[in-house]
Amino acid sequence: MAQMNMKEAIRDALRVELKRDPNVLLFGEDVGHVGGVFRATEGLQKEFGEERVFDTPLAESAIGGLAVGLGVQGFRPVAEIQFVGFIFEALDQMAIQASRMRYRSGGRYNSPIVFRTPFGGGVKAAELHTDSLEGLLAQTPGIKVVVPSNPYDAKGLMIAAIRDNDPVFFMEHLNLYHAFRAEVPEDDYTVELGKANVVREGSDVTIITYGMMVHTSVKAADELEKTKGIKVEIIDLRTVSPIDIDTIVASIQKTNRAIVVQEAQKSSGVAAEVIAQINEKAILHLEAPVLRVAGPDTVYPFAQIEDTWLPTPTRIIDAVNKVLEF
Amino acid sequence: MSKVPYEVYTEEVEALSVLSPDGEIINKDKLPELTDDQLKEIMYRMVFTRTWDDRAVNLGRQGRLGFYAPVSGQEATMIGSEYALQKEDFIAPGYRDIPQIVWHGLPLYQAFLYSRGHQHGGQVPDGVNVLMPQIIIGAQILHAMGIAMGYKLKKQKQVAITYTGDGGSSEGDFYEGLNYAGVYKLPVIFFVQNNGYAITTPFAKQTAALSIAHKAVAAGIKGVKIDGMDVLAVIKAVQEAAERGRNGEGATLIEAVTYRFRPHSLSDDASKYRSKEEEGEWNAKDPIARFAKYLEKKGLWTEEDTARVKEEAKAKVNEEIKKAEKTEKMTISGLIDSMFESTPKHLEEQKADFK
Repeated sequence: MAQMNMKEAIRDALRVELKRDPNVLLFGEDVGHVGGVFRATEGLQKEFGEERVFDTPLAESAIGGLAVGLGVQGFRPVAEIQFVGFIFEALDQMAIQASRMRYRSGGRYNSPIVFRTPFGGGVKAAELHTDSLEGLLAQTPGIKVVVPSNPYDAKGLMIAAIRDNDPVFFMEHLNLYHAFRAEVPEDDYTVELGKANVVREGSDVTIITYGMMVHTSVKAADELEKTKGIKVEIIDLRTVSPIDIDTIVASIQKTNRAIVVQEAQKSSGVAAEVIAQINEKAILHLEAPVLRVAGPDTVYPFAQIEDTWLPTPTRIIDAVNKVLEF
Repeated sequence: MSKVPYEVYTEEVEALSVLSPDGEIINKDKLPELTDDQLKEIMYRMVFTRTWDDRAVNLGRQGRLGFYAPVSGQEATMIGSEYALQKEDFIAPGYRDIPQIVWHGLPLYQAFLYSRGHQHGGQVPDGVNVLMPQIIIGAQILHAMGIAMGYKLKKQKQVAITYTGDGGSSEGDFYEGLNYAGVYKLPVIFFVQNNGYAITTPFAKQTAALSIAHKAVAAGIKGVKIDGMDVLAVIKAVQEAAERGRNGEGATLIEAVTYRFRPHSLSDDASKYRSKEEEGEWNAKDPIARFAKYLEKKGLWTEEDTARVKEEAKAKVNEEIKKAEKTEKMTISGLIDSMFESTPKHLEEQKADFK
């Protein structure tokens, strides 16, 4: 097995699928020649040619519409929106056109499209480059929303997303692209969409989270175990729409307490959805209310206060203590 | 370095006409090559479509159709442009462009189902290359652009055509689609039916450009303006655009100047923004009357033919609306199952709430 960071794992997944299926196409602003502003697609145009991997003019709605049209023609587009704040320019094509194609056409056409977008804070990027818009996307029917937290998952989820016949939003956390290396098989494998992962077993409290916050939560859990002997179970959702409620319920039956951690603003997002589903399916197993640790309901802040705005291990520890002491 | 041709976009473009209002050939060079049978078939389709439109308006008033956007006055642009295509070419329509997709192969009862809000309306049969009508103004322009890229990548000599109105030409998607098509030299035809109004907003308040055809210049594609009440001009322009596309010469923007005799939709009162004089002027340019004069002079068409087609159309529309009415209603369970290829567990569970 090779050691890869998350960016390399994503690139490897794209390479595997470009090689396996001639219908897979890769395009977006700057993804071709230079390999994207983060070099996630570096070398792929050289390997697969300009018909398979290409730069587009700077127009996000057209990137989305191009993907929809190519999907109708039987291609499997992997379209990149350069930064998450630019998806609003493409939301009609992504969240209305691609997501409704199967429904509107009574099953005649589908949208086997992956929309890739870097997102997520803590990197002091320019405004509108880092927001966490997964909750907004998750509320759209007809699409799946994937947020990997590590290189192994990123590759397996990306391959699964490309092979899926429905549109998938694949959100790549900026802070995780180069964060660390991990063992990643060089051949092809998939990680099932819609399936969560128990990344750390514990018996006292469950943290449900995803993306970068998996790592922040692990830090908090290490600290809680070291200082107080509290055993935290951590669930990485991996897919925030649909949510794998079964894995969550099984964990809560064991721990009876939970918190949800997300970078995004607190209200109406993925955390709120997780808690609503816990209420529907596991309320009698709870010994305390499920708390959220999240960004405040403000616009995403400028870089200067980003680190304070984002959930920290300390805020997570406080929330865990609250549910334990309830 | 070549000079910028300023004159291209600072002067009014004359719209191409082939037939005079009296049905005389005034532009012999642009007369499309059509057999007598083809000419009669085009006339048949135009009369059929006018009758179907009349019936659809009545059916709408009776509550037997849902949303319906009238088409009378635009038969030349709709019928002519579709007739100029091959069966394998792809159509990405706007909300009013139902006649094109029906003549391209969508069964009429499905068009009625679409209007009645039934998803089977969009379930296009295999081998029929059309999308269902688009509601978001301009979104279909990008789909056609993508479909055209698909043809190019598959090395198939087909073209995609997409329709919008003068209002649609103001959308960002319109410019993005034209620009991409220019950059990638795609076999796509952007067909703008400029009927003078975007619901109620007149063309003069839509754009300061002298014509929509001018907008092709900025995208590096070919732009032409045609008389949209002249079916032969429409056919010729689309044939030429399709030919260019098939030959790898890229995209064409066609602006067809036309008029819808009826309001934008059945819930709109056109008398609030259009004058009787204006309506009268355009009625005198009726594309069916003009083409009929031409065919009558050639001995290919009579008033009896028109009457016969009208009867046939009425019977066919009745038959198809009944078929639509008899089609089993959609169910919540079926709706839920149409979200994804395989229905996720949480959606399976939601079905139980509707039993």
